[in-house]
Amino acid sequence: MSAPSRRAGVSGLRGTGSAPVLERGLIVYKRNWIVVISGFFEPLLYLLAMGYGLGGLVGQVPGPGGAPIDYPAYIAPALLATSAMNGAIFDSTWNVFFKLRFARLYEAMLQTSLGPVDVALGEILMALLRGLLYAVGFMGVVAALGLVTSWWALAMIPVALLIAFGFAALGMAATSFAKSFQHMDVITFVLLPMFLFSSTLYPVSVFPEVIQWIVKALPLWHGIELMRQLAVGHLSWVSLGHAAYFVAMALLGIAMTARRLRALFLR
Amino acid sequence: MPERHTAPFVAAGPVISARGLSKVYGELRAVDGIDFDIAPGESFGLLGPNGAGKSTTMRMLGGTLGRTGGELTVAGLDPEQEGPTVRAHLGVVPQQDNLDDELSVRDNLYIYGRYFGLPRGYLKDKIPQLLEFAQLTDKAKSKVDDLSGGMKRRLTIARSLINEPSVLLLDEPTTGLDPQARHTLWDKLFRLKEVGVTLVVTTHFMDEAEQLCDRLIVVDHGRIKAEGSPRGLIAEHSTREVVEVRFGADRNAELAPRIRDLAERIEVLPDRLLLYSDHGETVLEALAARDLHPVTSLVRRSSLEDVFLRLTGRSLVD
Ligand SMILES: Nc1ncnc2c1ncn2[C@@H]1O[C@H](COP(=O)(O)OP(=O)(O)OP(=O)(O)O)[C@@H](O)[C@H]1O
Ligand SMILES: [Mg+2]
Repeated sequence: MSAPSRRAGVSGLRGTGSAPVLERGLIVYKRNWIVVISGFFEPLLYLLAMGYGLGGLVGQVPGPGGAPIDYPAYIAPALLATSAMNGAIFDSTWNVFFKLRFARLYEAMLQTSLGPVDVALGEILMALLRGLLYAVGFMGVVAALGLVTSWWALAMIPVALLIAFGFAALGMAATSFAKSFQHMDVITFVLLPMFLFSSTLYPVSVFPEVIQWIVKALPLWHGIELMRQLAVGHLSWVSLGHAAYFVAMALLGIAMTARRLRALFLR
Repeated sequence: MPERHTAPFVAAGPVISARGLSKVYGELRAVDGIDFDIAPGESFGLLGPNGAGKSTTMRMLGGTLGRTGGELTVAGLDPEQEGPTVRAHLGVVPQQDNLDDELSVRDNLYIYGRYFGLPRGYLKDKIPQLLEFAQLTDKAKSKVDDLSGGMKRRLTIARSLINEPSVLLLDEPTTGLDPQARHTLWDKLFRLKEVGVTLVVTTHFMDEAEQLCDRLIVVDHGRIKAEGSPRGLIAEHSTREVVEVRFGADRNAELAPRIRDLAERIEVLPDRLLLYSDHGETVLEALAARDLHPVTSLVRRSSLEDVFLRLTGRSLVD
């Protein structure tokens, strides 16, 4: 008797849905709200220290479209993009890895009627929810400080979510390959230089052309550029290109995560 | 009356069926082509030493581990393909507790029920019952970290009942429980069995296997060595009684050939000799007649431990 072919398809990967995973996340947040709130202060501290500290020395810099803007207004959008990235990466890599290996949380979830898709999507949504919270908070402060000059800036919130989604989806896919904490360190090894070089604190034009091309191939730069353009309302087809980069990244991340779900959860 | 989430199985044919089930890790054949059927309402055991492949088998049954080969159906479905649907009927107690450290005892039960999609109203009634079951009512608000090992185990077992499963997969359920808690649990599992729940239990305690299982398979190195009821296995693979004698660690092996003829079979263990015979006292008398006086001696009934020793040449508890 030949074994009937066993599909690697999506049946059996979905069950109850992601709502209970979100519900769990909210219960945990309710218990640890201080930790949750504290994440909101990080970009704020950067903004105050760098924007106003360093900004005192720097003065004005050319903004999107070339018009000079104050240094704090220059870095605020970049900090929002970066914090969206950091939050999403942390939640989708370290957190997922920890819950997988040490807390064995997913093992418990997957012995119920949840499927791996429910769990993965639930975790990504939870990360986005947190990102939304931070983005709204940060935007409130930035607006109060007068660092945005266009109604387009409202769009920075959904864009922060788009950036977070792209990083979270790709981050989770990456985590499915990690076998140890050493592997996880690779992620930090990629992120830190990306943060430093992606025109966060100064324009990318200060670098030699080769480095510029590398930076422009990486995602964070696109996020930062898009955020800056929204902050002052300088939009063009280029802005759309940056957004498209993240849509593509999110789709790629989801496709990879979906393929790796069994490897990630059912090992 | 809250709607029951799990429909009882239509009792036709086995509720679990494995054919040539195998799991290979690199070179290691952790589960090496095993066949078994479990009838609805049956209490079925997997008995075997460390590394036999018991947990691996259990995880494949729950659909949380893919198999390398063979056929497997649980409630008529392939758990690897239809995991969530299959698991709606299952209660899973893994070997190692995987409670949610970030939640309270009560919330652990609550959210686990939500994972099954159970309504809040149902859980509101069900949770106090389960806390009672686990004797954790006064710990409902404690963090899981603050529970003792035995309490965690009880919570894990209570949690597995939240969806009123028709099949319970228990991987070494009583590990970490004190003797009293073990007996209480056996009692409770018995009651579940009475209302028709199918139990699948792994253990390396033979008293547990003898107490709980209608039928069991003895597994070693991923293969089935024998199958039957505890009594049947003992009758088939061992004698009625066993005489355990100790002559001192250095003399046991030396004396063995001289008394081999007194029993149907003799096993030489490092610390003692086991003489298999239907009439233990007669063997002891024969020893005395040969002027052999063991330091200690004891006649007991054969147990699954003896069956295991016979089948694998190894002791079950190492
Ligand atoms: N993820 C894994 N990767 C490689 N080998 C594994 C993995 N999981 C289990 N094994 C191996 O498979 C074999 C069977 O393991 P399993 O956990 O099923 O044994 P067991 O019968 O449950 O033992 P115990 O009584 O100690 O719980 C062991 O040799 C174990 O080392
Ligand atoms: Mg085991």
